[in-house]
Amino acid sequence: VQNTVQHVLLQAEDMQQQIIRETFHLVSKRDDNVCNFLEGGSLIGGSDYKLIYRHYATLYFVFCVDSSESELGILDLIQVFVETLDKCFENVCELDLIFHMDKVHYILQEVVMGGMVLETNMNEITTQVDVQNRMEKSEGGLSAAPARAVSAVKNMNLPEIPRNINIGDINIKVPSLSPF
Amino acid sequence: MPAVSKGDGMRGLAVFISDIRNCKSKEAEIKRINKELANIRSKFKGDKALDGYSKKKYVCKLLFIFLLGHDIDFGHMEAVNLLSSNKYTEKQIGYLFISVLVNSNSDLIRLINNAIKNDLGSRNPTFMNLALHCIANVGSREMAEAFASEIPSILVAGDTMDSVKQSAALCLLRLNRTSADLVPMGEWTARVVHLLNDQHLGVVTAATSLITTLAQKSPDDFKTSISLAVARLSRIVTSASIDLQDYTYYFVAAPWLSVKLLRLLQCYPPPEDAALRSRLTECLETILNKAQEPPKSKKVQHSNAKNAVLFEAISLIIHHDSEPTLLVRACNQLGQFLQHRETNLRYLALESMCTLASSEFSHETVKTHIETVINALKTERDVSVRQRAVDLLYAMCDRSNAKQIVAEMLSYLETADYSIREEIVLKVAILAEKYAVDYTWYVDTILNLIRIAGDYVSEEVWYRVIQIVINREDVQGYAAKTVFEALQAPACHENLVKVGGYILGEFGNLIAGDSRSSPLVQFNLLHSKFHLCSVPTRALLLSAYIKFINLFPEVKATIQDVLRSDSQLRNSDVELQQRAVEYLRLSCIASTDILATVLEEMPPFPERESSILAKLKKKKGPGNLPDIDDARRNVNGSTEHSENTEAPKKSSPSLVADLLPTNRPRPASSSPIMRSAGTMGTTHPFTDLLNLNATPSAGASLLVDVFSESPAPASVDVCEENFLRFVCKNNGVIFENQLLQIGLKSEYRQNLGRIYVFYGNKTSTQFLSFSTSVASCDMLKTQLNVHAKTVDPLIDGGAQVQQMLNIECVSDFTDAPVLNIQFRYGGTLQNIAVKLPVMLNKFFQPTEMTSQDFFQRWKQLGAPEQEVQKIFKAKHPMDTDVTKAKILGFGVALLDGVDPNPANFVGAGVIHSKCTQVGCLLRLEPNTQAQVKMYRLTLRTSKDTVSQRLCDLLSEQF
Repeated sequence: VQNTVQHVLLQAEDMQQQIIRETFHLVSKRDDNVCNFLEGGSLIGGSDYKLIYRHYATLYFVFCVDSSESELGILDLIQVFVETLDKCFENVCELDLIFHMDKVHYILQEVVMGGMVLETNMNEITTQVDVQNRMEKSEGGLSAAPARAVSAVKNMNLPEIPRNINIGDINIKVPSLSPF
Repeated sequence: MPAVSKGDGMRGLAVFISDIRNCKSKEAEIKRINKELANIRSKFKGDKALDGYSKKKYVCKLLFIFLLGHDIDFGHMEAVNLLSSNKYTEKQIGYLFISVLVNSNSDLIRLINNAIKNDLGSRNPTFMNLALHCIANVGSREMAEAFASEIPSILVAGDTMDSVKQSAALCLLRLNRTSADLVPMGEWTARVVHLLNDQHLGVVTAATSLITTLAQKSPDDFKTSISLAVARLSRIVTSASIDLQDYTYYFVAAPWLSVKLLRLLQCYPPPEDAALRSRLTECLETILNKAQEPPKSKKVQHSNAKNAVLFEAISLIIHHDSEPTLLVRACNQLGQFLQHRETNLRYLALESMCTLASSEFSHETVKTHIETVINALKTERDVSVRQRAVDLLYAMCDRSNAKQIVAEMLSYLETADYSIREEIVLKVAILAEKYAVDYTWYVDTILNLIRIAGDYVSEEVWYRVIQIVINREDVQGYAAKTVFEALQAPACHENLVKVGGYILGEFGNLIAGDSRSSPLVQFNLLHSKFHLCSVPTRALLLSAYIKFINLFPEVKATIQDVLRSDSQLRNSDVELQQRAVEYLRLSCIASTDILATVLEEMPPFPERESSILAKLKKKKGPGNLPDIDDARRNVNGSTEHSENTEAPKKSSPSLVADLLPTNRPRPASSSPIMRSAGTMGTTHPFTDLLNLNATPSAGASLLVDVFSESPAPASVDVCEENFLRFVCKNNGVIFENQLLQIGLKSEYRQNLGRIYVFYGNKTSTQFLSFSTSVASCDMLKTQLNVHAKTVDPLIDGGAQVQQMLNIECVSDFTDAPVLNIQFRYGGTLQNIAVKLPVMLNKFFQPTEMTSQDFFQRWKQLGAPEQEVQKIFKAKHPMDTDVTKAKILGFGVALLDGVDPNPANFVGAGVIHSKCTQVGCLLRLEPNTQAQVKMYRLTLRTSKDTVSQRLCDLLSEQF
């Protein structure tokens, strides 16, 4: 089972979970050589909405967009997001996304805001992330010590767990974002 | 290296996540989570001195638990506390939590808004960004109310940092989408256009998104953006890719910005200025040229970005629809993509070509790709792509290729995905009808549809084929022969039985000459299907049988035997039993002449737009259906296309009403005398014959009508004198003479109403054969359903009886139904007709709104036909309280403090009907100064007929 990172519409919480399940169900059974666009079902708001997704190894990145966005543009945006994640986490893997879901959100927020494309230039995005990191470091103080311990914990755990392990139905979800 | 410092996280969180990941079962995971939730709860409750770090850690854990799909019902307060922390990391997690788990608790919202306000005013760009993100992510009305006026100034201030400008632009865009009425337009709009010249391309991109949305709403205010957008686009398109460094993506210059600019330009017609226009054309040509150049990179990202721009350019070309050369080039480019190995490109090419097909310049070019598209239908592995191919075939269909396209769609239907079958059925049905030269082809096609995908053939489709066969004499014999043959199949779809039953019932005589399809053979064939069918179909078959009795006297005895059998006469289904009883009786009693009249062939249906088209539009949503009702491809070759395209958008009267006239007004009481008035008058009382859904009492009226000997009552003058008194009130006496008093009590909710009618006998003598009925004119019948309960036929002297009328408003209406009353008093028949005070305003629901909302909507309803104004003399003394009571009685909410002039009255409400809701605003301005007291009444609604009617009603009240 793969993780699905997706933007969901502003919906009631149980609805969000249902959307994620449904989307995952739709997307995961598609072959690699079919197109990356899916007509919206009633769940995501009808035919004006499309699911646009990209598949990277074990991860699906799914965006739900309305007709005001260029389909290919969104495909590229997903690529920018993933490349940025890769830069920020230095060879990003699924575990990074799980253990640092807060950071993933922060990076996503530099790309997409309130469901709208904010920045597409990877250098700009990484610069912003960099600024955040520096502020975090300067505030480090107390939290620096436990932080080192975390990396020890994580490194300790890592070898025991194969990288792309089946981790059950875990979904990573980004803030409730409306379609762009 | 901007790498996330992986080590700086929170230890407790990492341990918790590891624990969860190590859980062997779902149960273990839930157990661990519950343990953690209990722990966090106690920490939040117990230790008052929880430090920022711990709060942050726990809030983060809650967030993780939420993302796993569990409910979180606490922690909001702690998250809000984090917002006011000085530490960036704490603030950040607080905002994240709020954005993900929005809570509508108003106290919390106040605190959150407060924190946002502080951060917006902090002049710290990072904090400002966090706050703007939060507003955009939540996008609630409360936030819009609090910040919508502040954000424009942040956006256009000279000293705002670029990144904050970007956030502010998008934040404004988001608020504009969620609560447009709260975002003030103003002086900033002019300055926002100039952001298109900004040095920072990120700012330009965000601003372009914002301007596009604003320009869609008020194009005139943003007209200046056209030239700026063209200039910007031209600079990007002609730049060497290195010029834009950071914004170059896989060798393509600023693809997202290009796409956005091209989208913005699609809000407008081609520029009028010739120089600007040619510059834009140059840009578009350059983009098309680049598509032919060898790729600068083999990476898919490169071609994606390049094609994203290309598709958007093509969209703009199609939108302008003015440059034949560009259109043809665009079409050829899409043609290339149709055969591309990338599925995404094939998908998008099919989609774009669909819109191109409706341009007169490129329609012919699009048609040249028909083989490729048909091939796509057959070979594509992806249902999304096949769906697009179906759409394109539908869009490119015209008389020259209709047969081929319909045949291909039919053959695809046999293997099509279940999810799109119904849609294909509708499309085939529409195309077959639209492009039929030879209606035998049409009949064949529809029967094939039923054979191949009977389950997906909706009522509209088979109703339509019957309508057409009845209206076209030349095809009736063929249709009868064809259904007869189709029914020979051992297993045929029930829809075929319905069509077959109906058509043979009407036109079976046309093939009866052939001994292979003699009357008895036809009847036996139909009856062999009878027991396999559902009740509505059986009911239809019974009607076909009675028609047979008329058409073929020689099978009368056979059919009577069938009707007489226990399985019919004692059928447990009331409708079937009733039909059997009535038809049997009819066939025994009536003379040949009466039978022939009663069971006459159906009259032609009035010509009208196909209801199938309306259904398809509804199914696809208005934006997604390529309009095939173009003048160019009009079936008749005529150019009435405006009429054609308009018709389906309005609620086209349902065919059911025609074919199976269930809404036919039914006299309320069971008195035979009354009945005859209603139905005998119409030319074809037996259009009811195939009425499947009729209520039993309605069915009874059928026979009563025929055999009733009473003459229709003489026409009576309709009493209207008290009608207008009921506009603003619901109860009172509507009619009174020496004999009878009629009082009303009514109540309305949304589109439904109920009227209690009280009939009081003022004499000391009994009224006999008392009966009532409600009649409406033909137009009103479709707009208003009135159902009357029966009333006691005897009213003793001095007594009162009550009758209940149920009313449903289907759509807006002007006329009023008439209540006809008939009784015998001292040997003479009394006829009374009273106009029932059922008026459009009765279906009002009052709407409270703020002054701002009111004027916003008032402005939106500014089209000349939406407003109706009347200036009239006051008939009564001007009294504010009375006027207020009348306006409230009219049904709208009275809005205080909205009108700057306190002497004026302003109201708002929504008219509820089954089909639509119509919002109404009204304003009444008394002029007390003038010599003659005058009023001016203004009504604005989204529908002209509604505005007019309401104005007429209300203006009589003062």
